[in-house]
Amino acid sequence: MAKILLEMKNITKTFPGVKALDNVNLKVEEGEIHALVGENGAGKSTLMNVLSGIYPYGTYEGDIIYNGEVCKFNTIKDSEGKGIVIIHQELALVPEMSIGENMYLGNERGRKAAIDWNTTYAEADKYLKMVGLSESSKVLVKEIGTGKQQLVEIAKALAKKAKLLILDEPTSSLNEEDSRALLDLMLGFKKQGMTMIIITHKLNEVSYVADKITVVRDGSTIETIDNANHDIDEDRIIKGMVGRELTNRFPKREGVKIGDINLEVEHWTVRHPLYPERTVVNDVSINVRKGEVVGIYGLMGAGRTELAMSIFGQSYGILAGGTLKIDGKEVKLKKSPTDAIKHKIAYVTEDRKGNGLILSQSIKVNTSLANLDSLASHMVIDKDKEYQVAEEYRDKLKTKTPTVEQLVGNLSGGNQQKVLLAKWMFAEPDILILDEPTRGIDVGAKYEIYCIINDLAAAGKSVIMISSELPEVLAMSDRIYIMNASRMVGEMKASEATQENIMATILKSGRGD
Amino acid sequence: MKKTGLQILKDNTMLIVLVLVYLFFTWRTGGAMFSPFNFNELITQNAYVFILASGMLMCMLTGGNIDLACGSLVCFLGAIGAYFMAIQEMNPVIAIILMLLIGIVYGCVLGYLIAYINIPPWIATLAGYLAFRGLGTNILSSNSKTGSISVKKVESFLGIFAGKLFKTKMGILNVPCLVVGIVIAVLVVALNVINRANKVKKGYEADTMAMMLGKSVLEAAVILLVAYKLAMAGGIPTVLVWVGLVVLFYNFITEKTTIGRHFYVVGGNREAARLSGVNTRRIMFVAYLNMAIVTVITTWVVLGRVQAANSTAGTNFEMDAISACVVGGVSAYGGAGRIFGMVIGATLIGVINLGMSLMNIDANYQKVVKGVVLLGAVAFDILSKRRSK
Repeated sequence: MAKILLEMKNITKTFPGVKALDNVNLKVEEGEIHALVGENGAGKSTLMNVLSGIYPYGTYEGDIIYNGEVCKFNTIKDSEGKGIVIIHQELALVPEMSIGENMYLGNERGRKAAIDWNTTYAEADKYLKMVGLSESSKVLVKEIGTGKQQLVEIAKALAKKAKLLILDEPTSSLNEEDSRALLDLMLGFKKQGMTMIIITHKLNEVSYVADKITVVRDGSTIETIDNANHDIDEDRIIKGMVGRELTNRFPKREGVKIGDINLEVEHWTVRHPLYPERTVVNDVSINVRKGEVVGIYGLMGAGRTELAMSIFGQSYGILAGGTLKIDGKEVKLKKSPTDAIKHKIAYVTEDRKGNGLILSQSIKVNTSLANLDSLASHMVIDKDKEYQVAEEYRDKLKTKTPTVEQLVGNLSGGNQQKVLLAKWMFAEPDILILDEPTRGIDVGAKYEIYCIINDLAAAGKSVIMISSELPEVLAMSDRIYIMNASRMVGEMKASEATQENIMATILKSGRGD
Repeated sequence: MKKTGLQILKDNTMLIVLVLVYLFFTWRTGGAMFSPFNFNELITQNAYVFILASGMLMCMLTGGNIDLACGSLVCFLGAIGAYFMAIQEMNPVIAIILMLLIGIVYGCVLGYLIAYINIPPWIATLAGYLAFRGLGTNILSSNSKTGSISVKKVESFLGIFAGKLFKTKMGILNVPCLVVGIVIAVLVVALNVINRANKVKKGYEADTMAMMLGKSVLEAAVILLVAYKLAMAGGIPTVLVWVGLVVLFYNFITEKTTIGRHFYVVGGNREAARLSGVNTRRIMFVAYLNMAIVTVITTWVVLGRVQAANSTAGTNFEMDAISACVVGGVSAYGGAGRIFGMVIGATLIGVINLGMSLMNIDANYQKVVKGVVLLGAVAFDILSKRRSK
């Protein structure tokens, strides 16, 4: 049996009023990849913060035994000194600085005040090679893509002489190709003897890369599953995460009558707002019928969001051509989201924190925002009515919150997504464009969002669902459009679609260019 | 969810600080701070802050944006007003309208530059800060040897902005003034009772009966105290009416209306607001047009109080308005802040100013104290919020 590198024993961490971790035990062997899975808010990040010293020794109970000795970390520096390095989900790179500068930020090479730039860049280049990046370390971070930035983070960790590397959702913002490359890189490191902990929501990645899987639920470790043969069933993991067998991850939609074509977009072409010579949506035609859920599948950067936002009152880019028909009549939307809302179109953004919700405001204020005028007469808001509406949608969508006066910033990702949906449902649209409606939320909340989508379709709404999760698109859609490199490259009925023929469509279209 | 005593204290820290500071100065000045004369003085001295800060608050809500030009604009508009009223002997009403028109035209230009050309507000208003001071001084020096134009003779103008309602002599109890105070106090209490009854009837979260009564008694007591003091000081200053109208108007806008809500959401997350159908550019435009109009009202009030236009008029007004907002809990990043808080902030600064003057503290040290208070208030606010998280 291999040596235990890290053991976290009976860790308990309480915040005022909440027990975030309750007697958690975690054992990591030297040279393995250990996956930590669990729903949002289960306590994974808290556990890693305890380990890295963000919550200093004394603020939690229990012991951390690393390399045979009991550790009492007070700051991140202490844990990094021992070789425990954590890479957070949100990248912590300064875009305007070079790769080398970023890698040695706070860990500068040289003596006293003076930085030795020659050593810095030489060493940086060495570590960049190890992660398979051919870029010079003098290139600015803003000039490389997200996938490469993630690799820079890893190189940065290596430069700190990491022995135990913790990756918190490393692939959440990467496309499939980059994700795969990153996972393979992890496997490569494992061969060289590195120990790693990976936190992720993507269960296919877990079964591909992890040797052992520890499931965390409600602040406790539920079980550690062995995955030495990399053949674990995803349903097996989910069972541990949600505490019950999810026999069906996607609720069935039955008996919904699909009606006439509601929205029809033809030859839609959009140019980039800053670089008009770049075409981001190229001659795309789609339509959606009443009561129908249409999926748009494509990799990140395929032009899906750009298409959706452009349809939504040209809120992105420059419209270079195309027609839009609602109920068979051509409509020329003004360049404003307000006009789109008036024509009963809603766009539910993929970036709920960035441009979806107002985190500093209450659930109530966010819910009423897109249709505030309906609650007001002569510009005076009827606050009673507003409160009732917020309550109504809280019940309808089962948003978990003590009161609708709660600030949205304090909610979990799944509940925030529900508030975002509530806002647009209250705007009473006929056509809803949902952009990655289940991104970054846990399995249980996903199921509830799917139920909401089904209810919307049953109520005769037209739903366009953009997603980069194939199983979701396959299970939820009546019809699937496939987008790649700014073009619509395929359309198929859900009943005829499989993962294989969708991927094949994308690959074939790529070769054509 | 019942509010605990501690929570009530926390929600009203600035108010408590205000009371303590006031009591401190009353003690140090041997009661002079509490005299009818100084009550009156506190109001007339600080009227411009309340009015100007109402507009500044709307700007700050949109994302911590400020207006640096308003102080200089007061100087410029004052010079124009005084020139037409005192030298050209124009009818004051026409002069007032003229000043308003100039303010509106300027506000439209400024709003357009900020909202539609995307010039950062502090740069766009920095230009006005420099230019209006120059223009104002130029008008004054080319029309007067002393560089100052007096409006002492324009009595109707002074009456509107710096007069007294129900004027009596100092020291005699002014009955109508007291009656107005009693009527307002009764109205406030009645509103409290009706509001609570409505909430209870509909099953919403409401204060307990005792809390509501306690609050009503306190509010009524403060109103009656002010009314009594003003009654002893010769009547209600007209400027208080102006301040009251402005403050109540903006309180209504920010708390009750859709456009007020839009100011908050634009400051909270501009892109989310835009994608929810809020016309964010129009909100920015309105914020700065509104600021210009508020500045015009401020000019009237200041010209009335000083009874002359001079080249130093309005100096540092923009900073006073920003300070009042910040001390009153308006977020420097936008999206949060209430008129009530601003009023407390402005009063607190006014009390400190007046108290220090009464104590004959050196003017230079007064500035130091004001700076420290500003910093302390913001630090306190941030720290207390952090702990409650």
